[in-house]
Amino acid sequence: MRHSARIQVGPVQFRIGSDWRQPIAALETLYAGYPRDDARPADATVRLFAARPWRRWLRPSVHIGGDFVVPDALPLPLSMGLLAAEMGMNLQVALGWRRHLLLHASAVARDGRAVIMSGESGSGKSTLAALLGEGDWRLMGDEFTLVEPASGDALAFPRAVSLKNEAIAEMAARVDAARLGPLLAGTPKGDIRHLIPRADAIAAMHVPARPALILFPRFGGEAAIEPMGEGEAFVRLTEASTNYIALGEAGFAALTRLVRETPAFGITYPDSAAGMALVERLWAEAAR
Amino acid sequence: MSAIDTLVGLLAGRIDAASLAPRDWDGVISVARAEAMLATLAHHLREADLPPPVAALFADQRAAAQVAKDQALWEAEMARRALAPEGIEFVLLKGTAYAAGGLPCSAGRQIGDLDILVLAHDIRRAENELLEAGWEWVKSDPYDDFYYREHMHELPPLIHKARDRMIDVHHTILPKTHRVTPDALALVGDAVTTASGFAILNREDMACHCAAHMLADGDLQGGLRNLWDFHFLTRDFAAADTGFWGRLDARADLHGLRGAVHRAARLARDLYGAELPSGWDRQDARDVWYRRRLLARDDWGRPTNFMLQQAFYIRSHWMRMPPTMLAKHLWTKWRKR
Amino acid sequence: MPDRAYRAAPADALRIETLGELTAIFDRRSMQTHLVIAPMPEILAAMGGDACGADAIAARLAGEFDLDGEGDVVAIVADRLAELAAMGLVAEA
Repeated sequence: MRHSARIQVGPVQFRIGSDWRQPIAALETLYAGYPRDDARPADATVRLFAARPWRRWLRPSVHIGGDFVVPDALPLPLSMGLLAAEMGMNLQVALGWRRHLLLHASAVARDGRAVIMSGESGSGKSTLAALLGEGDWRLMGDEFTLVEPASGDALAFPRAVSLKNEAIAEMAARVDAARLGPLLAGTPKGDIRHLIPRADAIAAMHVPARPALILFPRFGGEAAIEPMGEGEAFVRLTEASTNYIALGEAGFAALTRLVRETPAFGITYPDSAAGMALVERLWAEAAR
Repeated sequence: MSAIDTLVGLLAGRIDAASLAPRDWDGVISVARAEAMLATLAHHLREADLPPPVAALFADQRAAAQVAKDQALWEAEMARRALAPEGIEFVLLKGTAYAAGGLPCSAGRQIGDLDILVLAHDIRRAENELLEAGWEWVKSDPYDDFYYREHMHELPPLIHKARDRMIDVHHTILPKTHRVTPDALALVGDAVTTASGFAILNREDMACHCAAHMLADGDLQGGLRNLWDFHFLTRDFAAADTGFWGRLDARADLHGLRGAVHRAARLARDLYGAELPSGWDRQDARDVWYRRRLLARDDWGRPTNFMLQQAFYIRSHWMRMPPTMLAKHLWTKWRKR
Repeated sequence: MPDRAYRAAPADALRIETLGELTAIFDRRSMQTHLVIAPMPEILAAMGGDACGADAIAARLAGEFDLDGEGDVVAIVADRLAELAAMGLVAEA
């Protein structure tokens, strides 16, 4: 393809090709501080392409393709090319990765131990992880957390954080503007702006962490903590995994071990400060 | 060299994996995925000298393919539990049959739906038993349903409501309206039984069906994989039985599939380096179009040569239907796009 | 309803893990995970390697558990057996 980039996030090496320069240039900026190994073959390929040659210039719309595709995915305008790239990369991992149990969850770590937060979009798992990652925690990822079947360890996937709507202002007030990508206004997912994780989080992206807490956050309502049984945590995490079934017995063993060895809680919180306080409190109890 | 040529060369053994530059693997992996052959390649190169990231990715693919194979065989087992108590016999076809028979081409082979063959007079009962055992119709529009029942060689696809897996119940191996009408009675009557107790086509019929599926029933999408099946099947059968090629000739004649089977053999020779006996080792000028169609993919895994693809799409329908019916069918399909 | 006889999956085909109130059963033949509650695991355990019907299983369970006031135990076991058969964990013998 005309333009391309190679990006390494956690254990995955991506190759992204594009009919336009802009999405590639935007990716190169966001991922400039990530470790690079350009000689390493790609695990996953993403393609951003125009359905017809003239659509490269005329009302350019970016189709998302790659090794794995969603048949009915709608194209995005070129101004949202970066979002198209992000969606394409997510798709390859969600549908193609087989080495680890893949959880649709954010994670942060401290002292080599991880807090895994799983929830639907809108649960605030991504914002919570990003905010914690600006404090005493290492951001492991805002979207995917990988569990290694053999060791039971959590592995990081610290892609550029996808901040949405209110979270954009919340983060912009705290971080250097140089760590923020361009504002993508009015996308199908609302306003989006990417946050480059802290340099220490990127540098530590290959360092595993032992799962210490599993949280299922829910945004809105009185602050509350509800202990969750192993069975319910298991069911919820199978639903949060895109490759649980494909891993067969290895996935079953990894997940039963995870929910047995790791205390799980549902947490409800009215705002980010309260959510972070709940995480800290549960962490203090778990560390005891 | 293009990535698809490299893929075919690696499978054929013409190219040594150790001779590739690390970045050559980008394209090879993408085109292999696009052809649903990545796990097949991973098995084929399991002893090869590979860059560590490729070796790791291939190990992932082999493990995942084993899980997928077990799942596919389980679908066959569940079909047996639904049909056997009613005395409905069925023959496994394609990927599931290769896996059930423990055939080498099943190593890493992707298996989609469960395909089974039942005798035409059992098909209504089979349909009822499957519906009772939890399969249900995939929602389709009335035209598609009518088209299947009236003209095709299978029931409209059924999907299991709990396991979310499809089953295709065939009563012959080519559409009723196809210019070629294989002998379905002979296919079922001469089927053989695997160690696990499933019926599969005998060697010659299996090769005939593989060629028919690739060359007479479709537009050659996924053709490289089907050709790999044909190559591995015939190579192993011929190694085990010196009379195999002769018997295959006779059986292909019975089914009206001599042209398709011979073409598949020549393409397997041209692409995968198959060794053919004297009566088979010929040239046909038209084969070049098939080779081009099979290799129509760029280094990013995208299909290329749109006109050639369209030509094969129309050809596939041309063989399956009389011309006026074809015109009506294509009109209905295109209007709905 | 006639008392159908079933046979449980061979013991080495299943990996059974208790997760609090739920039991997770991984079937190595199908690669499926089944989450069940009592009395499903107890029924599977009571069947052993034999072909048996609901009445025989109910009798075995009654020997191990206090089933007073549980209603028609045979009918309950027969229903659960049909569900286990749909999951593929038991098959008609």
